[in-house]
Amino acid sequence: MSDRRAWVARIMGMPISVHVRGPEVGRNQDVAARVERVFAELRRMDALFSTYRPDSEVSRLNRHELTLAECDPLVREVIDLCERAAQATDGYFDAWLPDGRWDPSGVVKGWAVENAARLLADLPGHDYYLNAAGDIALDAGGSGWRIGIEDPTDRGQVLGVLVAQRGGIATSGTAARGAHVRNPHTDTTATGLLSVTVAGASLTWADVYATAAFARGAAALDWLRTLTGWQAVVVDATGEVSWC
Amino acid sequence: MRRIVIVIASTISGLVLLFSYHTSTNRAGTTAAATGGAQPGVVPSAPDPSSPSSPLPNGGPSGSDRVVNGAPVSIEWGIVQVQITVRNGKIIQARTLQAPDENGHSLFVNQEALPVLDREAVSAQSARIDAVSGASETSQGYAQSLQSAIDTAHLS
Repeated sequence: MSDRRAWVARIMGMPISVHVRGPEVGRNQDVAARVERVFAELRRMDALFSTYRPDSEVSRLNRHELTLAECDPLVREVIDLCERAAQATDGYFDAWLPDGRWDPSGVVKGWAVENAARLLADLPGHDYYLNAAGDIALDAGGSGWRIGIEDPTDRGQVLGVLVAQRGGIATSGTAARGAHVRNPHTDTTATGLLSVTVAGASLTWADVYATAAFARGAAALDWLRTLTGWQAVVVDATGEVSWC
Repeated sequence: MRRIVIVIASTISGLVLLFSYHTSTNRAGTTAAATGGAQPGVVPSAPDPSSPSSPLPNGGPSGSDRVVNGAPVSIEWGIVQVQITVRNGKIIQARTLQAPDENGHSLFVNQEALPVLDREAVSAQSARIDAVSGASETSQGYAQSLQSAIDTAHLS
């Protein structure tokens, strides 16, 4: 299809897919240049925030080698975001580990992708999405983008299709990495659900809500139903699927 | 491209179905509060065998099939509501319960009146997924993922 093109790069330890749809997009140098800027921006965020990189500002902050004042102003912005996220989720989103270290991983992927996606927003007549290992920021006119929700029990299948025109979709779960989301209230690993997918106006908050809902375990569905304007798909430990 | 199977499992508390369907104006539907039509949720008894419907694969409905009415979906010119029959977590039949006529009035129908909608609900091959959202992936996981298949199809 000459009106759609994909680019893939490995950043933040995960595959980042960018898809753009528009007339002759494969030959549009403006689009190609923008996509490179998207990747560059994500690499910059990785250098600042990755807890897997000992030389990131977050790692150095946590080792007290840097003060907050010496960090990039975006670090302060993400700390503020984490505080608001904790308040909005009854503390089930919690970026602070018991030993006092700050780990923004639960939100920084969605936040960074949402911000980087804005670099594609003013391409006239083009639809786009960025998919960072399941966290998707998108904008499309017409019939939108059709987003399959991966079946956590069978990654070759989807549970259903969300049709989205603008916003973000995030999935938190155990399908690929094992039980890695911590319940901050009990400080144990949340294993009550297989996956939670949240969709709405902002990928940043979809990421926050999906992470927090997953940490809630069995109570996630009731809580997600209280979030006006957000849609969710929950797969419990038995594989049962609920939509709200 | 891998075969993609759409599986929509229902819950006792109700079901919200999200569909994209192709009409002459190519608009997507949005969910809306029920304003009439059949009650959304699980239908307590088996489908009426006398109502006209497509032949089901593997014969007629069995006692273990679950019949679920979707929430009425408000589209620009009326209300659409679909009923699905689920067996072993797979949709084996979809019927349109109500659909608008050309004047925008909703009609109750017993047959598939919007074949594009119903076929997409049941047929995996026409799912036409643009992207996939799943839990965090490792680099090894990506190679086996649906998203990587979609990416590969559009790399050039």
